[in-house]
Amino acid sequence: MQANSPASAPDLGAIQEVIEAYTHLEGPLLPILHAMMEAFDHVPEDAVQPIADALNIGRAEVHGVISFYHDFRTLPAGRHIVKICRAEACQALGANGLADAVLTRLGTSWHGTTPNGAVTIEPVYCLGLCANGPAAMIGDKVVGALDEAKLERVISEAGA
Amino acid sequence: MKIYLSQDAVARALGADEVAAELARHDVELIRVGSRGMTWLEPLAEVEIDGVRHAFGPVTVSDVPALLAGTLDGHGPTEEIPFFANQTRLTFQRCGVIDPLDLDAYRAHGGLTGLERALDMDGLGVVEEAKASGLRGRGGAGFPTGIKWETVAKAEADQKYIVCNADEGDSGTFADRMIMEGDPFSLIEGMAIAGVGVGATKGYVYLRSEYPDAIRVMKAAVEVARANGLLGASLLGKGPAFDMEIRVGAGAYVCGEETSLLNSLEGKRGVVRAKPPLPALEGFLGKPTVVNNVISLATIPVIFEKGAAHYANFGLGRSKGTIPLQIAGNVKYGGLYEIAFGLPLGEIVNDIAGGTRSGQPVKAVQVGGPLGAYFAPHQFDTPFGYEEFDGAGGLIGHAGLTVFDDTADMLGMARFAMEFCAVESCGKCTPCRIGAVRGVETIDRIAAGDMAAKELLTDLCETMTDGSLCALGGFTPYPVMSAMTLFPEDFAGAREAAE
Repeated sequence: MQANSPASAPDLGAIQEVIEAYTHLEGPLLPILHAMMEAFDHVPEDAVQPIADALNIGRAEVHGVISFYHDFRTLPAGRHIVKICRAEACQALGANGLADAVLTRLGTSWHGTTPNGAVTIEPVYCLGLCANGPAAMIGDKVVGALDEAKLERVISEAGA
Repeated sequence: MKIYLSQDAVARALGADEVAAELARHDVELIRVGSRGMTWLEPLAEVEIDGVRHAFGPVTVSDVPALLAGTLDGHGPTEEIPFFANQTRLTFQRCGVIDPLDLDAYRAHGGLTGLERALDMDGLGVVEEAKASGLRGRGGAGFPTGIKWETVAKAEADQKYIVCNADEGDSGTFADRMIMEGDPFSLIEGMAIAGVGVGATKGYVYLRSEYPDAIRVMKAAVEVARANGLLGASLLGKGPAFDMEIRVGAGAYVCGEETSLLNSLEGKRGVVRAKPPLPALEGFLGKPTVVNNVISLATIPVIFEKGAAHYANFGLGRSKGTIPLQIAGNVKYGGLYEIAFGLPLGEIVNDIAGGTRSGQPVKAVQVGGPLGAYFAPHQFDTPFGYEEFDGAGGLIGHAGLTVFDDTADMLGMARFAMEFCAVESCGKCTPCRIGAVRGVETIDRIAAGDMAAKELLTDLCETMTDGSLCALGGFTPYPVMSAMTLFPEDFAGAREAAE
């Protein structure tokens, strides 16, 4: 996942372009929201009304869907999102202690962003690397068999 | 020199791409394949010697010179490694063997034979074959696949759908991911056969966003299938129309529940629907819809290739065929192990998995994901089958086994189960939405020494079991109650010392 610059709000033309690429689908809302995330790193507030208009649903419905799913955020995150697996199979290999140590060192907590804005840490419940944990995902790259040193290296490569 | 190198997410997570980049600098024919399932050997490189593939792994970049010089220590012929040799690979027959996107290789290894056969039958014949195989839903519920198809086939509608549930959110499971990354055409072929059987012309794969590799491979495979006339206006140029799309989930565990999944696919909140109506009659956009798990659908081609009777010959009692066990957590030899139903749990944990990676004694095994019960070593004679696990107070779910050593804190695991349920609850029904939050609080009271809270927790679990709309709230009591019943010493309230 590329880190775009979300400093200025995306313009309505760009938003409209994203929406129109998907309106021909059956059940287009999730694909539209994913495309918003891809284009802008978040779903801009300014996109809610155009989406509602395009799909002939209410603003509240759009908001309801955005807020239901963990993947959609309404504010930009850090430049990189690191998702650390908290699920049972990784816990069996010490994921809890690993996550605690990393969060303490970064001075942040789950869903938090490092002070320099480089990295946001999110929990994730299973990446399917359950025999090779603990596991994490940076952008869309997965890493396994983590220990503290390896996870720290991965995070510092991301700029934290 | 011909080298096969895994490109499965596990292999890539452990450095396979770096090895591939290094190999590309030399004069080798490199073929990227799926995983053989022996994930403790990943990244696994296989060198073809006299037509036989020999296994080397885990391979690092610095191993490459020795690998090419033939001086690297290996494991001998891949298919003679006991973990692999002792399996019965039907669903996973091609996984790790072929380039996942090479349709010719797929065909050369038995692929599309099943679809060809299905196209010679009528819809009813296809449904009968699925029924005769005894295949039951591999997502966890274990409902007979053929009977679900029959309901959809008999429904009258202008449009029907095949929806593949690839929202494999259960911790300890990765069979769906592995087959989608390693043999995506088997899923496409299975969905096409289902379409022929029930009269559906459109398919969707609802694939979780946590699986970027599987998304990439499946999307590419659909393109290849379309370009080669496998999918499209006429299946293989002689059958009915069938096409499909890959849709990406958005991080909600509950969308693995079929009715939540359908809502999500329609672009709604992933909230559970009350049943009836069954999705088979009113599913996606209100139309008759087959919702099957990845493994159920990916097993259909081999059933049609080799015949229902061949498949039904394997297994135990009403658990017919093979099951891809996913051996996970703290194990020495983890990975995917496809075998006929019926192996005792202890044999899987101690013999196949080789016990714990840490070398400590096994304390507990959670079978069936986060909604599955914990098993203790005294229950290790339980044979792996739907009814057998049900009878032992658990479930096989999607056949994931997560092994814990004796450092596991079972009260902590019970608390996590409730916490997970609270985070992931869709909010529709009260026992799940509120019960999970109260569950965390009640377990904290037990941890603080309030033994009277144990009865309260038991009562709460009964309410969640009986009153929840779906398996999230309804099955969370499995891990909670099994942990408390089997490991009372962890619920004795002396947590301060342990922390």
